[in-house]
Amino acid sequence: MAEVLVYVDHVDGAVRKPTLELLTLARRIGEPVAVALGPGAENTAAALAEHGAVKVLTHDAAEYADYLVVPKVDALQAAYDAVSPAAVLVPSSAEGKEIAARLAVRIGSGIITDATDLEAGDEGPVATQSAFAASFTTKSRIAKGVPVITVKPNSAAVEAAPAAGAVEALAVVFSEKATGTKVTARTPRASTGRPELTEAAIVVSGGRGVNGAENFSVIENLADSLGAAVGASRAAVDAGWYPHTNQVGQTGKSVSPQLYIASGISGAIQHRAGMQTSKTIVAINKDAEAPIFDLVDYGVVGDLFDVVPQLTEEIKTRKG
Amino acid sequence: MSLRIVVTVKYVPDATGDRHFADDLTVDRDDVDGLLSELDEYAVEQALQIADAADDAEITVLTVGPEDAKDALRKALSMGADKAIHVEDDDLHGTDAIGTSLVLAKAIEKAGFDLVVSGMASTDGTAGIVPALLAERLGVPQVTLLSEVSVEDGVVKGRRDGDTASEQLQASLPAVVSVTDQSGEARYPSFKGIMAAKKKPVQSWDLEDLEIEADEVGLAGAWTKVDSATERPARTAGTIVKDEGEGGKQLAEFLAGQKFI
Repeated sequence: MAEVLVYVDHVDGAVRKPTLELLTLARRIGEPVAVALGPGAENTAAALAEHGAVKVLTHDAAEYADYLVVPKVDALQAAYDAVSPAAVLVPSSAEGKEIAARLAVRIGSGIITDATDLEAGDEGPVATQSAFAASFTTKSRIAKGVPVITVKPNSAAVEAAPAAGAVEALAVVFSEKATGTKVTARTPRASTGRPELTEAAIVVSGGRGVNGAENFSVIENLADSLGAAVGASRAAVDAGWYPHTNQVGQTGKSVSPQLYIASGISGAIQHRAGMQTSKTIVAINKDAEAPIFDLVDYGVVGDLFDVVPQLTEEIKTRKG
Repeated sequence: MSLRIVVTVKYVPDATGDRHFADDLTVDRDDVDGLLSELDEYAVEQALQIADAADDAEITVLTVGPEDAKDALRKALSMGADKAIHVEDDDLHGTDAIGTSLVLAKAIEKAGFDLVVSGMASTDGTAGIVPALLAERLGVPQVTLLSEVSVEDGVVKGRRDGDTASEQLQASLPAVVSVTDQSGEARYPSFKGIMAAKKKPVQSWDLEDLEIEADEVGLAGAWTKVDSATERPARTAGTIVKDEGEGGKQLAEFLAGQKFI
């Protein structure tokens, strides 16, 4: 069976959920061979094996932390050369897309980004993508070279599928360009204790209607009652009420959770571009004419400061 | 020594229009108004600020696209860019991101550059990979997704805010930079700027000028193939209730029914 390279996104050995989802998709088109780089790379092996990796190629060097992107491209290319895979899959993070793009040019391949599904096809893997603020769904494949595809979080269920997961050291020789962009300082983002926005199964977002930074606690309380991530519309971010890292939309993050709850968000096209692929959509808004109500599975026309706290209390009660 | 800045921009269909695909599954450009991609305005703005801080700098704005794409160049020129290059060729129709990066890289090399500034992504394709592709093809450092950027003594510095950390980056010129919408509001063109833009030079290059073969680009030469594009069926109308004191509880009931609680 053909081997499929899967680039591993991990933090000090803890594999992030989108990579585990990627292994599910990789098994549809071949045998997953995982590539884990940087500090803690070897510690990823158990989780990767549990989810279907037949092999785990690992390598650590200071270059991965000290320089931007290119050392990781060099390593992925080394894995590509060693394995000769039928496809290369990378999580659709900002960095993941950059790594995949540079690899594609180097190996003379096409690239598909932000796939939301992947199936085996007669002429190679067929990727589903959404276009134009998710108003269209396209199916595409790679026409030249070995398919390089990046996949969005929440595109597949995480499935256990125990495999050998044999750890092998990857030999990497860094290119001259690897040290071109130096990382001179790194400040880890303070953890909120909430799930990461793009990976979360439930996202609770607030917009203009929240009307002030101090009021965002209403949104956060609802999110915490559901174990959800907190999002914000561009209006709320531009007003300085919530950090840009939490912005959902065309110029922010694209989310595709099982449940999306929009509070005080009208639903401009720019916001819809970032959340329209959510499976179930709920909105709370005073304005019955707000365009967000065209998208919802359930909508409440009302004041979010009445509805959201009542909802939060009810959820807490039901969860006991 | 003049700092040569090239800003790559894209002419995109207006997101508030009825965007759709043409019969050949490329983006239909005839039925929707086009404009300079909003995210590229931030690139033009940062290029202008970098040029202002330099002793001597020249900003060339570059686009690849059909005749109408000149509108995007005009907007950038009216904001303050010095000159423009329009790469236009019938054989470019249907070119994908990999092909576009090839054309842009050849044009940037031909124009001559110390710094390339791009937006973080286009507002139509939204992939966000062209800046990295340009850095790879040009063989220069990528300093991408910056919310802050500055250039001094041949060194570009910037801040990149990622999922898990915020990083300070540094590279020597020549380099490719991309900036996010957090880099600073883009200026509006002044009346004076709009009038001045009419007199600024816009060069037109075709594939032959860039020594690119027709089969390396366009729909036939694309590295990816779109097999189908289906309009998402309109969502079946959801349940909408008016809050008369029990809205939160009713919503909880719905969420419980969907097994979210």
